[in-house]
This record gives sequence, structure tokens and C-alpha cells, in this order.
Amino acid sequence: MKVRLSDDALAIACGADAIARALTAGGAEVERVSSWGMHWLEPLAEIDGVGYGPLAVPDVAKLLAGELDDKCIGVIGSHPFLARQTRLTFARAGKTRSLSLEDYTATAGWEGLSLARAMSPLEVVEIVAGSGLRGRGGAGFPAGIKWRTVLEAPGDQKYIVCNADEGDSGTFADRMAMEGDPFQLLEGMAIAGHAAGASKGYVYVRSEYPHAIAKLEQAVRLCRDILAPFSVEVRAGAGSYVCGEETALLNSLEGKRGEVRAKPPLPAHAGLFGKPTIINNVLTLAAVPWILRHGADAYRDFGMGRSRGTMPIQLAGNIRHGGLFETSFGVTLGDLVNEIGGGTETGRPVRAVQVGGPLGAYFPPALFDTPFDYEAFAAAGGLIGHGGVVVFDDTVDLAEQARFALEFCAIESCGKCTPCRIGSVRGRETMEKIIAGEQTEANLELIEDLCETMTFGSLCAMGGFTPYPVLSAIRHFPEDFRRAKAHNTPNLEAPDDVPAR
Amino acid sequence: MQDQDNVTRILDAFRSTDAPLLPVLQAVQAEFGFVSEAAMREIANALNLSRAEVYGVVSFYHDFRMEPPAQPVVKLCHGEACQARGLRQLLTQMTRIEQEQLEPVYCLGLCAVGPAAMSPNGGVHARLDAGSLRQLLEDPR
Ligand SMILES: Cc1cc2nc3c(=O)[nH]c(=O)nc-3n(C[C@H](O)[C@H](O)[C@H](O)COP(=O)(O)O)c2cc1C
Ligand code: SF4
Ligand code: FES
Repeated sequence: MKVRLSDDALAIACGADAIARALTAGGAEVERVSSWGMHWLEPLAEIDGVGYGPLAVPDVAKLLAGELDDKCIGVIGSHPFLARQTRLTFARAGKTRSLSLEDYTATAGWEGLSLARAMSPLEVVEIVAGSGLRGRGGAGFPAGIKWRTVLEAPGDQKYIVCNADEGDSGTFADRMAMEGDPFQLLEGMAIAGHAAGASKGYVYVRSEYPHAIAKLEQAVRLCRDILAPFSVEVRAGAGSYVCGEETALLNSLEGKRGEVRAKPPLPAHAGLFGKPTIINNVLTLAAVPWILRHGADAYRDFGMGRSRGTMPIQLAGNIRHGGLFETSFGVTLGDLVNEIGGGTETGRPVRAVQVGGPLGAYFPPALFDTPFDYEAFAAAGGLIGHGGVVVFDDTVDLAEQARFALEFCAIESCGKCTPCRIGSVRGRETMEKIIAGEQTEANLELIEDLCETMTFGSLCAMGGFTPYPVLSAIRHFPEDFRRAKAHNTPNLEAPDDVPAR
Repeated sequence: MQDQDNVTRILDAFRSTDAPLLPVLQAVQAEFGFVSEAAMREIANALNLSRAEVYGVVSFYHDFRMEPPAQPVVKLCHGEACQARGLRQLLTQMTRIEQEQLEPVYCLGLCAVGPAAMSPNGGVHARLDAGSLRQLLEDPR
């Protein structure tokens, strides 16, 4: 009997390796594949297209005996969570072995690269521009414009840099794309290399993703000849959130402190080692092979307004059906959380949803009709960022979440500018006073002032966007900031009253 | 203290790498568990950097340590998605001694199945409760 089981970090963290061992011991042939992205079901086994999960080791004997009906989810491919999606970038998720060149080629792998290499660089740039693809790392900058700038920049040596720092909490789509379909990302980078006239690429992967680093390194070795004359080197980060900011990332790649650079110059003009550089997020580059294969219009046909194509949305936190949900732009936040995500895992009412990572706003259910679209989220006082949706139930204390946002900024600030470096520390202290009930109204006013200084005085979005979670929490959940005695949520520093053992 | 020969060997392995400082430091830390003064001096010499530059880099990044860790430290995710899944309640169930063995990190990409942790050798663990976290601290796989 052949059983398919994911080997990605999340499946492993949920115990997939132990399941694999038990299956093998029970006489099954185990094939490790990429993850479908239905995380609440991991470890999820597939036998002849039918899924069983979430598995525990004691389930294995029953599974092999064909008696595990209570964990059977039916045919995986027609599960409602998957059937509602439009998977372009994640078309292979769950279906292929991530390091199998055979599987990759059999699923139209490398076709985009062959098509691109038969065209002039400018033609490739026009296709990417025409597709409407915008950067998926957070800022939503049009990829085609960036590529054209680098193509037109003078210079013999140019670089393609893939931003795989994925620091935003509540996001994992880059990780899944790298672990599950590494050849697709490398193909996208090689296409970018052809379009910009760059022969060398770097992938900068955060050190918290050792599985992704290992997969990418193996993938690079396996497809070296296919990528040539383009070459790719994988580099690991060193545990710094701000190194996801593109210029800090370039400094880090150059072996320096990960401090943000002032712009101009843009990386497209003077990036890595001072050379013209395309720096794009994993999902931006991984979308490119599909676009080359199917054409700009086919991609453009998905989406709404100026947000074209699909977005791999990540449903996380206290949610019943958490995982990867790739869909056209335009789905509402409420549908994502309630219909698709099934509400909270704890079964309590949803109270707040943070969208777009630690620099994203907290949304109350009253704003659940906001469609997933760059402009609509901006108009609602938030951002979609890298597409992370973190759900909280009614036990959340938004004052504590606001305090955490300021503390996170204080911990991760690169220190280059004062509003961010000092403002975040002051902000955290002030928020602690509010939580303690000291001069609440005056201190809330102080927070508003501080946030304004951070918004307008910071060099990058670390300091500049930290006000989003803080001010949205105050605006939408004012009662949490005015009930000092009721704050009983333990904060994240070691509380004094922990029992000593 | 660190074995100078090994630092030299690590430096040799990165001879053809562009801007090798970070990969070299990562390899040193992977081998010794930390980056010593002596190693920083050696690396600065070999790469033609000042010691201040190397120190500046080592001190900037959260991953690097300048002293050996007292005990294996498990990285526990403190990101918002893990907060939403009961991180705070989990922490209050840990003793002070146990808390000292936990290093906060911000997101491990396991945000739908938190609370999540990573052991020193890169092993990942999800859906943690007090019992499974305690077990992980006793035997960090
Ligand atoms: C503090 C900070 C952290 C960031 N982290 C990331 C990240 O982890 N991954 C990413 O792709 N972009 C991140 N960005 C955005 C990058 O600066 C940049 O916009 C992106 O790499 C451009 O690629 P794209 O156009 O394909 O999105 C971050 C920005 C800031 C200010
Ligand atoms: S806003 Fe913060 S992270 Fe960004 S450059 Fe200024 S100090 Fe550095
Ligand atoms: S927030 Fe904890 S794993 Fe992402």
C-alpha cells in the first residue's frame, strides 16, 4: 500500500515523521510529498486520493487495516477548503514530491523559463508588467516597473535577490513555497535573471526555516544545469526581523549589520554590492512561471481593482481551519475568517483579527465586509502586507496586544532613526502605564502623539507602521484601554508570581 | 576556548564566497555554540576587517552569542498567532527555571498549529501544552 504524507516543517512539527516510521514498520510504502496546506489536518495521509487526518501514531494500525473511518476526510482534492481556492502559485501543493525533477517537469515545470528565454528581456518585462503582478512582500509595488528599471539600468553585473525573510508572524506561504515547490521559485528567479540581464541570484532565507534552507540548497544542486548560465546561492539570515526590509537585507547579504539604507538610491539602481538589483518576495517570483506559461491576461483576469491575480492568504492563530488559502483578490475578511476558516478553534466568538503581520492593523468584526485588496485595506486603516490573517477570540486584551506591538518594535528596531528607536521604548512604557490605569486619558493622548511622530519621522515601515496595530487597537477596542483593574492577561515577560519548582 | 585550527578551516571553506562574514560566523557558531573573542579576532584578520566591524555584526543579530549557552535553549515562538493560541497561558504554567531555558523568537511559520517551538538542532514542535513543552525541555530533540 502506498501512503503519501507531507514532509514539510509544519507536518513534521505535528508529528509526521513518527507517523512515517509507523507506516513503514506496518509494511506501507511511504511517499513524502509537499503539504496541501490544510494545517488543522496535519499530519494528513493520502491513500489513493483519499485523506486521513490529523493522525496520531495509534491511528496507523487502523489506517493500514482500512478501519480509520472517523478520521477520513474523503477525496482530498474535492475538500471544500481546497475546492474554493484558485491555486496558481500553489498548484502543485500536496501533489508532487518537492525535490523530484521528474514531478516538476511532468507538471509543466521549466516551460515558463523556456518561453522566456525564447523572448527578448523587454518582452518578458512587458508580460510581467501586463499581468498586474504586485510585490507580495508587503508594499505591493508593481513587479514589472521594478524589473524594467533594472533592465534599463546600465551595468554588466546585476543581481536577483529573493526576499525569503518572511518575518511577519502569522505568515508561512513563503515557507510552503520554498519547501513544497523549490524549483518553481528558482525558475521564477532565472526568468527574472533573463529579464534584467542578471546572471547571479541570492535567496536570503530566515534562519528560523532550516527545512526550507535544506530543500532549497538541494534543489539548487539538482537543477544547476537547467538554470545555467544563471546561478543561485542560498544564504541564511541571523534572526533579525528588520532584515526583511529590502535595504537592510542587502546590507546583511553584504556581511554588514542589518541597518536600513536611506533611499535613494533605489536597489534597482544601486542594490547588492552597489549594482542594479531586483529584490522581490518569494511569492512574487514564484508567481512568474505561471504568468509566462499562461500569459499576462490570464493572470490579470483574476482579482479586483488594482489588485490583480491571486493572493496566497494565510489563515492563522485561533482559527478552526487554519492553513494556506490561495484565492483571487476580493474575498472579504469575514468570509475568510468565518466561512472558510470556520471561526475560532476554541469555539468562542471572534473578537479581533490582525491582518498583515506585526505591523498590520487589528480589525473588529464590524469591518469584516472589507475585501482582500491592497486599496480597500488601506482605506479601512490597515494593510494586507504579506497576507497573514491572525484570529483572536474574546479572551484577547487589545491593550496588551498594543503593548506587544511597541515592544516588538523596540526589540527589532535597527536603531538608525530616533522616532523608531526611542519612540517604541517610550510607547511601550506609556502603554504599561495605561494598562496599570495611570492617567489613562493623558497617556493615550501621548501615545497618539508618539505614533504620529513614528509615522512621519521613521525611515522605514518598521517604525512607520508600528502605529497601525497600536492605533487600530485603541480605535476599535477603546474599552480595553480603560479598565485597568480588569487587565489580568499575563504579559510576555516572565511574571513574578510563577511557581518555583 | 575555541580551537584556532577549526576557525581557520572554516575560513578556508568560504574562500570563494562573496561577502563571507555572515556564513563564516554562522559556521563558527554551529560548530562551537557561540562566537568567541578569539574567533572574532581571527575572522577579522582573515577577512581584512576591523575587530569593531566584526563585533558590530555579531552584536547586531539575535542569533549570535558571544558566550556559551548555560544549557540548551529551546526557542519558543512569541508571535501574535501563537499568542492567539494560548502562549501566555502556557508560559504561566512554566516555572521560572523552565522559563529561563526558553528563548523567545518571533514566528516559526507554524502559525496555524501553535504554540510552536524549535530545539537547538532545528527540530520543530507544534500544538504545545505544558506537558509536551516540559518534555521538550528535558529532551530537546
Ligand atoms: C520592517 C520590514 C520588514 C519586512 N520584511 C519583509 C519580509 O520578511 N519579506 C518580504 O518579502 N518583504 C519584507 N519587507 C518588504 C521589503 O522591504 C520589500 O518591499 C520587498 O522585499 C519587495 O519585494 P516585493 O515587491 O516582491 O514585495 C519588509 C519591510 C519592512 C519595512
Ligand atoms: S524605522 Fe526603525 S527599523 Fe526603520 S530605519 Fe528607522 S530605526 Fe531602523
Ligand atoms: S506566530 Fe508562532 S509560529 Fe508564527
